[in-house]
Amino acid sequence: MAEFGNPEIIEIETDILLIGGGMAACGAAYEAKRWAGDDVKITLVDKAAMDRSGAVAQGLSAINTYIGDNPVEDYVRMVHADLMGITRDDLVYDVGRHVDDSVKLFEEWGLPIWKTDEKGERHDGAVGAKKMKSLRDGGKPVRSGRWQIMINGEGYKMIVAEAAKKALGMDNIYERVFIVKLLLDANEENRIAGAVGFSVREHKLYVFRANAIMNVCGGAVNVFRTRSTGEGTGRVWYPVWNAGSTYAMASQVGAECTMMENRFVPTRFKDGYGPVGAWFLLFKSKATNGFGEDYVVKNAEMLKDFAPYDTAAVVPTCLRNHAMLKEMKEGRGPIFMDTPTALANLAEVLTPRELKHLEAEAWEDFLDMCIGQAGVWAGLNIRPEISKSELMPTEPYLLGSHSGCSGIWVSGPDDLSSPDHYHWGYNRMTTVKGLFTAGDGVGASGHKFSSGSHAEGRICGKNMVRFVKDHADFKPVLDGDIGEITEEIYKPVRNYFEHKDKTTAEDINPFYITPKMFQARLQKIMDEYVAGVATYYQTNGIMLEEGQKYLDLLKEDSVNLRAKDLHELMRAWENYHRVWAAELHLRHIQFREETRYPGFYYRADYPALDEDNWHCFVNSHHDPKTGEWTMKKVPWAALVDHGH
Amino acid sequence: MPTFVHTDKCDGCKGGEVTACMYICPNNLMKLDTERMKALNQEPDQCWECQCCAKACPQQAIEVRAFADWVPMGGAAIPLRTDNAIMWTIKFRDGEVKRFKFPVRTTQVGSIDPYGNKPEPGDLNSNLLFTESELPTI
Repeated sequence: MAEFGNPEIIEIETDILLIGGGMAACGAAYEAKRWAGDDVKITLVDKAAMDRSGAVAQGLSAINTYIGDNPVEDYVRMVHADLMGITRDDLVYDVGRHVDDSVKLFEEWGLPIWKTDEKGERHDGAVGAKKMKSLRDGGKPVRSGRWQIMINGEGYKMIVAEAAKKALGMDNIYERVFIVKLLLDANEENRIAGAVGFSVREHKLYVFRANAIMNVCGGAVNVFRTRSTGEGTGRVWYPVWNAGSTYAMASQVGAECTMMENRFVPTRFKDGYGPVGAWFLLFKSKATNGFGEDYVVKNAEMLKDFAPYDTAAVVPTCLRNHAMLKEMKEGRGPIFMDTPTALANLAEVLTPRELKHLEAEAWEDFLDMCIGQAGVWAGLNIRPEISKSELMPTEPYLLGSHSGCSGIWVSGPDDLSSPDHYHWGYNRMTTVKGLFTAGDGVGASGHKFSSGSHAEGRICGKNMVRFVKDHADFKPVLDGDIGEITEEIYKPVRNYFEHKDKTTAEDINPFYITPKMFQARLQKIMDEYVAGVATYYQTNGIMLEEGQKYLDLLKEDSVNLRAKDLHELMRAWENYHRVWAAELHLRHIQFREETRYPGFYYRADYPALDEDNWHCFVNSHHDPKTGEWTMKKVPWAALVDHGH
Repeated sequence: MPTFVHTDKCDGCKGGEVTACMYICPNNLMKLDTERMKALNQEPDQCWECQCCAKACPQQAIEVRAFADWVPMGGAAIPLRTDNAIMWTIKFRDGEVKRFKFPVRTTQVGSIDPYGNKPEPGDLNSNLLFTESELPTI
């Protein structure tokens, strides 16, 4: 009889294993199943329930990547400039040429997309669906920016999940199973063979054997100490359940990671983390310092240090942060979003019908994707037409799909005249044979957002079917003993039972550490030594050395994590993953001796941008046999003209 | 801003194995107290305030209280969701109430036919997705 710590072991053979249930996994499921037919078995495993899992769980108020009439080359240029010149043009172009088809599918499936009528007036997605043409038939979306379109997206993920679930069939989907380790093949070098994880609801351990695996578990959140405190610490910007599993599990089996020094520090509405995109782009709002000055305009001269990126069509996100931080550090805060002026200006140009709808649009922007911000406004009696709101740069996040480009080094498409080191095999395959990724997992190609992650999942899904058919003779043999792996996974449970009765309060016990305290230690180390909010995002080589020492001690203590129930076992393993993602970040920042992303982080000992020496990718490799880390520079190549 | 459950409204989903809130919470926070047969948020400081549980609750038993370490008391954002629309009630601390209704879906739940009226897959070795017939390149 299975019980806590002694699970039933369930072994499953499949051709393709999709780890994760977010936008990329849903795209992969949809595309792969079509090519697979009934010959190739596809299995999906999700830590949560697909209807509301991943970064889109809560919904979204916009789709941030829709190419429409724009040249794909311009999308490549925008991504390149925003991420300070070091992105993979091939991967970005590939997302750009496929992404619109995903958006058109979403609309066909039922996602309400705002439309512009022939008079230029805007209508919400319900009206748009009834009275106006679909995107596929030439309907005009409401553009909030050059690349963004507005949606009524509260149910976005449920819609996308329904298509994926129907494509695969629920018999092939395992929800509430947390995959914690990838396993290599015992016979073939550097070849993926399986994955292992546990149910967070039942006493079951799952062992999957697969020919190809897609590792798409989102980015890394809660690596750094949050600005929020106490009960509010779950109120982070990116989904609190994304624990860096994608990066950790890939790196552990030897997949090369790239640009893990990159991070995203979003400037958001203070304390509620409400989105600013619609306010800046759709409502044309301005942000100022406490004295009403436009800090980007005011500090334009300072941004010239980061030429040529300071003169990009849109000033890169990190440089806008850089200008804002100067104001904050010199005592000219708080930073305000001037919502009353923006709404008053709009009142002069909108039709009466549009104006009536404007207040609802302003609230929907939060209610579709960041309800907490609406709660903050309600509690503080903030009405955007009357009161300004504060903005604040958040704690750092590691991700590859939003305005960041941390991730795994993958092979790109073979038809884009790219250099050989950009494509060596199947599109979106990592440097471990048979291991694929997409979305937040793919490094050096940000600004995919929800739609681009789905499209990239589809690219990946098709290529996995191709891989599996090309390697039909492969029989995975797991490298490692299942009994030993089970012991390793349930070690926190053993620690709990062995020691819990030795003290009168089980949370205060010298023999083990709770996942919550372990996470707090990690967050403090990263915050204070690896350029968190405590130091205004500054670090240097010596601070990083100290940080690495403390991380090493934390890693030593990880064998003493405890789990009093399955929920806490999930938290324990999330934190194993977080520490690994944190170490990747630290090692990459240590290696890159320049300040490439001011406003996101500063190497105070190398405060300048150094195009001569560092206009290149940084890749890291962890040898699964020896535990040795190797860092290297990888040449960058332009596939479109970036003007420099 | 963690979720809380009204004791008088929660019926534990009438003894089902998994309550609606437990099924849906993306962060595995909602838990059924099997003695009282009531759901609760087992880790409020890891709540993302996504309200997926509140939207799914058949009893309207779940609400969110803004996180007490910052937000003054008294405000609320309360959803009422159907398959095609969501109605929000915003209660300000000073007593004002606003209501907003937004569409969430233009088709019936369960109506998606993933491959209906879609092309058959073509060449597995090309870079085309199965719905595409042409592709730009550089």
